Amino acid sequence: MINQLLVQGVQMLLVLALAPLLTGVVRKVKARLTRRRGASVFQPYRDLRRLLAKEVVLADNASWLFRVAPYLIFACTWVAACLVPTFATGLIFSWSGDLIAITALLGTARFLLALAGMDIGTSFGGIGASREVMIASLAEPTMLMIAVSLALIAGSTQLSSIAAFMLHFGSLRVTLALSLVAFIIVAVAENSRIPVDNPATHLELTMVHEAMVLEYSGRHLAMIELAAAVQLLLYVSAIACLFLPWGLATNGAGIDAYAIGVVAYLAKLTVGAVALGVFETSVAKMRVFRVPNFLGAALMLGLLGVLLLFVSRGM
Amino acid sequence: MIVALLLCVTALLALSIAAVPLAAQPAGRPVIYGACLGITSVAALLAVVTIAARPTAVILPLGLPWLGAHFRLDALAAFFLLVVNLGAAAASLYAIGYARHGHAPHRVLPFYPAFLGAMNLVVLAADAYSFLLAWEFMSLASWALVVAQHRDPENIRAGFIYIVMASFGTLALLLGFGLLAGADGGYDFATMRLAHLTPVLATVVLVLTLIGAGSKAGLVPLHVWLPLAHPAAPSHVSALMSGVMTKVAVYAFIRIVFDLLGPPQWWQAVVVLALGGATAALGVLYAILQRDLKRLLAYSTVENIGIIFIGLGLALAFQANHFPAGAALALTAALFHAFNHMLFKSLLFFGAGAVLNATGERNLEHLGGLIHRMPRTAFLFLVGCGAIAALPPLNGFVSEWLTFQAILIRPDLPEWGLKIAVPAAGALLALAAALAAACFVRAFGIGFLGRPRSAAAANAHEVDRFSLAAMGIVAALCLLAGLVPGAMIDLLAPVVRVVTGTGLAAQLSVPWLSIVPNAEAHNSYNGLLIFLFIAAVTWLTVLAIHRFASQSLRRGPAWDCGFPDPRPITQYTADSFAQPIRRVFGTVVFGTHEVVTMPPPGDVSAARIRKIVPDPIWDFLYAPLAGALNWTTQLLNYLQFLTIRRYLSLVFIALILLLIAVALWQ
Repeated sequence: MINQLLVQGVQMLLVLALAPLLTGVVRKVKARLTRRRGASVFQPYRDLRRLLAKEVVLADNASWLFRVAPYLIFACTWVAACLVPTFATGLIFSWSGDLIAITALLGTARFLLALAGMDIGTSFGGIGASREVMIASLAEPTMLMIAVSLALIAGSTQLSSIAAFMLHFGSLRVTLALSLVAFIIVAVAENSRIPVDNPATHLELTMVHEAMVLEYSGRHLAMIELAAAVQLLLYVSAIACLFLPWGLATNGAGIDAYAIGVVAYLAKLTVGAVALGVFETSVAKMRVFRVPNFLGAALMLGLLGVLLLFVSRGM
Repeated sequence: MIVALLLCVTALLALSIAAVPLAAQPAGRPVIYGACLGITSVAALLAVVTIAARPTAVILPLGLPWLGAHFRLDALAAFFLLVVNLGAAAASLYAIGYARHGHAPHRVLPFYPAFLGAMNLVVLAADAYSFLLAWEFMSLASWALVVAQHRDPENIRAGFIYIVMASFGTLALLLGFGLLAGADGGYDFATMRLAHLTPVLATVVLVLTLIGAGSKAGLVPLHVWLPLAHPAAPSHVSALMSGVMTKVAVYAFIRIVFDLLGPPQWWQAVVVLALGGATAALGVLYAILQRDLKRLLAYSTVENIGIIFIGLGLALAFQANHFPAGAALALTAALFHAFNHMLFKSLLFFGAGAVLNATGERNLEHLGGLIHRMPRTAFLFLVGCGAIAALPPLNGFVSEWLTFQAILIRPDLPEWGLKIAVPAAGALLALAAALAAACFVRAFGIGFLGRPRSAAAANAHEVDRFSLAAMGIVAALCLLAGLVPGAMIDLLAPVVRVVTGTGLAAQLSVPWLSIVPNAEAHNSYNGLLIFLFIAAVTWLTVLAIHRFASQSLRRGPAWDCGFPDPRPITQYTADSFAQPIRRVFGTVVFGTHEVVTMPPPGDVSAARIRKIVPDPIWDFLYAPLAGALNWTTQLLNYLQFLTIRRYLSLVFIALILLLIAVALWQ
């Protein structure tokens, strides 16, 4: 019990501590690939510290929702991230939510963020929110279809159980390949990455996430940036634990297994960050109305995976 | 117990008569609504305590002389009585404050208690005659409430379409009961339960029930009256019609199809799943395109009915395959969602009514910024939006989660139709859930956030205490049902046992108040823990940041990338917010398009953009139907002006034809 609680606590803090670093590494990779020197991988930490120390400039007509939303968004995202096994399965709180609940918790965060974007009543906030919900209306069903596929294979929607199943009985399946592709597309879209959105832009009509948070400053902006970093880490961790579960320490393993788990996790994160950086550098940003085709393909892949499983359990 | 409940109904009906003289008095309104609140609260309490009790029945010497009026109270009826009376009590409390501003109280007050009584009677009735009588009485009372504000021609049209659809639905139910009763005319439900229909007749009854109950519930394509009629009524009645009356229709469907009709066939489940899925997805797509807040809510009711019918379809599929545990889970999900929808749809309609009261506007394009002028209403409406958008830790998420668990519980159904229909329904459910979130971001974001788009919105005022109390209670129940869903599932266990023969395992005994509906897969959800996590993290973060980082704050003009324009017209509108979704889904589903008129260079006339949103169901189903009906009546019109000789010969020919028909039948 104490052991489990400890593992859970360490994972929670690890997620929070590593999230800005992951964002920093992705930025560094992208900078190097475009032959720039780039900021240090620790720059996101410095940004957060600076933002936290600054005063908040709040629009005159901002409501309480605008001020509360950043904290709630961060809390929802972090709680969702705490339910994803990173280096060890058997999280003590994992039974308080499954993959569907994690998707829905991220949905809660997005709901609040979209509302916060509309609170001031600027056109940028509105455009960001409206596009965000359009993207989410395709990405969220895709996530649910992936959850259904994985649940049909592993017999459970709990991430810990799925990871344990994949670790011991995982085999190559058509559905898993379809789900992985769909999951990656959703991850790219939900984390506002190229080709769906560009995290580095301002003042472009194509922007989605940045448009919603345009009015935020100071500690509020810090919370939103941290939440975005945690969300990116969550998706990379989820892909790692669902599709590449090697090295995960199982419940009640020895200290060496945990050490292997941590090293494997860090390695997976690095691979994920580099892959994301390479992917983002090598594709161009899409027009906003190309995005539904891109995400619709993911939805169809997810649905196809589920249908295959309903037709034949072996696929 | 059943006698006490029947007394409650009698009291409501008596109140309805007493309301005729009382409506003229200013003190009459609080008295009537207060009395309704008292009676329905008592009835709701009675319903709760009878859910787990043994069924009781009573036969009154009313109605048909050889039949009598049968009433029966089993767990299923008790649960729906709880839904009806809880919703009715909340609406009555709300109405004490809300109706102060209503025009023409004498057109609302007498029908309101009658409507409540009729809904109770439908659920209590245990023979076809009393059931249909109560059903029709419910339709007529609600029709009277729909046309209460009769000066608006739109309301009259809504009332007309409603009464046509309602009569059509009752006719379908009448024929369905006729088939169930058989040639001997066993019109009480106990006799019907024993009769076994041939598969063909069972199919006909199912189709008739889908038409009769489905049209009242709002199943696509029978939903057309619903978004017209529900918003036309005063807001507390809208809440009742959307939140409660549709549940009475769900009850009728469950009673007939699950209870009276006997064991289902697997393809019946496919039909219900297909209709449910289509209703869920289309309902929310319609909702997201609406400007009228109350109509948006009415379309969202259509969506939620779809979700409930997906659960019912799954339950049918599992029953057809003799898998009672799955049927129990699916039915629990459907009933839980019915209860949840009663709560949050009432809350949202109350909120819409409050907005209507404060601003006189239902059009989202004229609202905005209400969170500053009506902070309490805004907060409560936000809770309702979160609940209906299935956000954890609120209640809407739990019932949708349970529906997904029901989809996952037994994937290896043998029939090919179900192998396709179940995952397809799951995909439509997922799509509907995501679009519902988008829809309510839009409703709240445009209606309550931003800057006021009209003078009425800028000068809005907070509503009265009664309305706030009603909204507060319902919002608290939404949160409670989301935090402790195990209590609700345990409450539903006897209900589900009546229908499927087995209930879910007791959930309240699971440690930490988690719910584990499918013990085998051990999928669990704990709303309480997630809520506590979120609350604790939020609180600690705020505390830590304000203590150790910075807490200074400065107000200034909005940044808006350096070019803020103070005019509210520069904000996103409801239409522009929906534009991406209209373009992505609407072009495919409805054939929406935009017509842009751009003047050539040098021409100073205004450029125009016009959005065209056709309604294919109206255009391709109802318009031709109405046209054909018109054409036929034109032809038959000729019969009105015949001489007596021709009439006599017509009668004679008809008689001969009937005799021939009878001779051939024998």
